[in-house]
Formats: sequence, structure tokens, C-alpha cells
Amino acid sequence: MNFDYAFAWSIVPELFQGLLVTVQVVVLGFLLAVVMGLVLAIAQLSAMTVIRRASSGYLSFFRNTPLMVQLYVLFFALPLAGITLPALSTGVIGLGLYYGAYIAEAFRGAIEGVPKGQWEAARALDFDSSTTWQRIVLPQALKPMLPVLGNYLIGMFKETPLLAVITIPELFQAAKQIAGMTYRYNEPYTVMALMFLAISVPTSLLFKYIERRSHV
Amino acid sequence: MFIDPSAVETARFIAGQLAHGALVTLQITFFAQIVVVVMSFVIALMRLSPWRAVRWVATVYVEILRGISALVLLFYLFFILPLFGISLSPMTTGVLGLGLTFSAYGSEIVRSALSNVSQGQRDALRALDFDSVTAFRRIVLPQALPFMLPPMGNQLVELLKTTSLVSLITLTDLTFAGGQLITTLGQQTLIWSIVLVCYFVMAWPLSWLVKRYELRVTAWRQGNTV
Repeated sequence: MNFDYAFAWSIVPELFQGLLVTVQVVVLGFLLAVVMGLVLAIAQLSAMTVIRRASSGYLSFFRNTPLMVQLYVLFFALPLAGITLPALSTGVIGLGLYYGAYIAEAFRGAIEGVPKGQWEAARALDFDSSTTWQRIVLPQALKPMLPVLGNYLIGMFKETPLLAVITIPELFQAAKQIAGMTYRYNEPYTVMALMFLAISVPTSLLFKYIERRSHV
Repeated sequence: MFIDPSAVETARFIAGQLAHGALVTLQITFFAQIVVVVMSFVIALMRLSPWRAVRWVATVYVEILRGISALVLLFYLFFILPLFGISLSPMTTGVLGLGLTFSAYGSEIVRSALSNVSQGQRDALRALDFDSVTAFRRIVLPQALPFMLPPMGNQLVELLKTTSLVSLITLTDLTFAGGQLITTLGQQTLIWSIVLVCYFVMAWPLSWLVKRYELRVTAWRQGNTV
């Protein structure tokens, strides 16, 4: 089987459009996931049992079911609930809810890593709870979390091909469409794989570099 | 409440289809996990090898497989390999694709657990003149295993969930069965929700076991070091 370089080159712009959609979904989904993760992590540490239980239930449900099926449910259930969103937003919500459950665990670990003395000092100085969180706990918890968040960002990027199942025109969908129209599978899928590598390998190296620097 | 016999019939039909799909899902998970364990150890040992070329090959393996997503690899194996005259059955493609992808992560788990075994233990092995196979089997592996098993278990849960991808390469797993039911019955939200619950029922006990084991290991480790 030959690899047609001219054809491969000719489909790059179309695939690049898909890549842009992918990046857009990942960035928005990641922001949502970080917010969800933070909320869930704080809920896990709440003094109220109901809130702790609810967030534990959320975490274990979202972490024990496949993202793809979650996306299907969201895609079909949201319109039934009277919420019609473009597929892209459904994808962002799906990624955000799913990865939020993972990031929550990382946040919780990082928050618990803040020494107890810091909490006690905040109480001794009569800080109210939101000041304690904003000025004392979170700034200390966030720094060691950066590499972890980076890994989730890359993980998320690699999960985006799934969004094709709910009709989002991202990179994988674009490659599939080209393959379906031209009956050439080699070039679209190879170029797609290279695009994935071109983004995920440098990003992973970047985060490794940041991690090493933050240790020194 | 009045129970409609046709509703019972439909429910039984749905249950049968999903049970069959769930069985395929478990099968793929099982075989892929074998690939994961074998390849994780091979690659981890290669990465700890004294020869630079071997280390380098293993690093490239890990970086590439971690850089491409599982679905992309599956499609690559499914659509591109036949063009080179290598035709794998969907089952083999699924098992290999998922097994290789997860082994890239698994090898990191194995590697870090193996390098966790202390230098003193290694020195003792040399002093006692153990050959390397005995040393690995009797001393290094038993000490590394408690570090390895919890993350490996979590990874197994991830693998179980990720097998849903194989529905896209025509394997009749749980997700595929759900899709088929929807083409015959409609009811997308209901059926996808049932499928979601099925996955949860399979994955949750595993997660629970991992958590329990992790607590025990942590307790053991703290008892040991304090």
C-alpha cells in the first residue's frame, strides 16, 4: 500500500480545522473540569454529611462509567429535559463533568497535603473560611498540582476522538469523513495520528520540565 | 400496578442483549489485561536495562503509545494494517489496541514500583550472590508488588471502561449492544442510562477492592517504617 504524500498534504487544511475544534473543546472542557473538581473537592471536605455523600456518589459514578456512554446519555437526555445545546457544548459539558471527578481527587489530595498548622494558624488569626481558602489553603495546594493538571489536560486531549460519536466535527471526525469519502484510510489516519503526537508529546515534555523546575 | 406481558418480554429482550454484550466486554478486558501485564513488565525491565539502545526503544514505545489516543490506535490497526496485508479480527484488534495503549501507562507503574525497592536490598542481593532471576522473583518483586497493585487495579477499571471504544470497530460489546437495542427499540436515553448502570455495576466492585487493598497497604507500610 502506497502512501500518497500529495494527497496527505492536500487534506492537512481540512484536518487542521478539526484540530482547532478539538483544541477549543479541550480548553473549555478543562476549565469546566477544574471548576467542577474544585467544587467537588471542597464538598468532600465539607462538615455536612449530605454534601459529602452527594459528592462521593458523583465521584464514584463518573469514575466507574465510560465517558463515551456518558456522552450518549447527555446527548439524548439533555433535549428531553428541554435543554437544547449545540453538540459542541454537550461535548464540553461531558468532558468537564467526567474529568471534574478525576481532578477532584487530585485537588483533595493536594488540599489535604497542606499542613494542619496552616489551618490552625488561620483559625487563630480569626480568618473567615473563604479567606482561609482563598489566601492560605488554595495557593499552597495549587502549586504541586500543576503537573497533575497537566497530565489530565493531555489525557483529555487524547479522549477527544470520542466526541465524534456525538457528531462534533473534531479532528477524528474530520479524518473519518475524508476516509469515508475518498476510500483512502492510510493518509487521513496517519496525518491525524501525527497531529495528535505533535501536540501531546511536546505538551507532556513541557509539563515534565515544569515539574522538574518546581522541584528544584 | 398492572404489568403488561409485552413489557416483560421487552425487558427480557433488553436484559438478554445487554448481558451478552457485558460478557464480551469482560472478555476483552480480561485478554487485554493479560497483554497489559506482560508488556508492562517487558517495557519496564527494558527501561531499567543497562543498555542504552534497549532503554531508548522502550522510551519511544511509551512516548508514542501515550501520545496517541486509544481510539486512534484502534482505528489505525483496524483500517490501516489490512492495507499492508495484515488482517486482524476485530477481537484481536481490540485486545491488542487497548492492551498496547494501557501497557505504556502500566510500564511506568511497574518501573516506579521496581525502582522503589531500596538500594540496601539490592546491595544485599549482590553481597549474597543471588542470580538475577532469583533476586527478581524472591526479593525485588514481592517488595514491589504492594506498590504496583493499587495503581494497576485502578488502571484495570480504566481499561474496563475504555473497552467501550471497541463498539466503534464492530465488536458486539456492551456499548454496541446498547446501540443495537436503540436501533430496534428507540428509547435512547433509557437504554444508554441502563448501559451506564451496567458499566457501573461491573467497575464499582473493582474500584472498591482497590481502595480497600490500598488502605491495607498504607497501614502496613506505615507500620513498617514508623
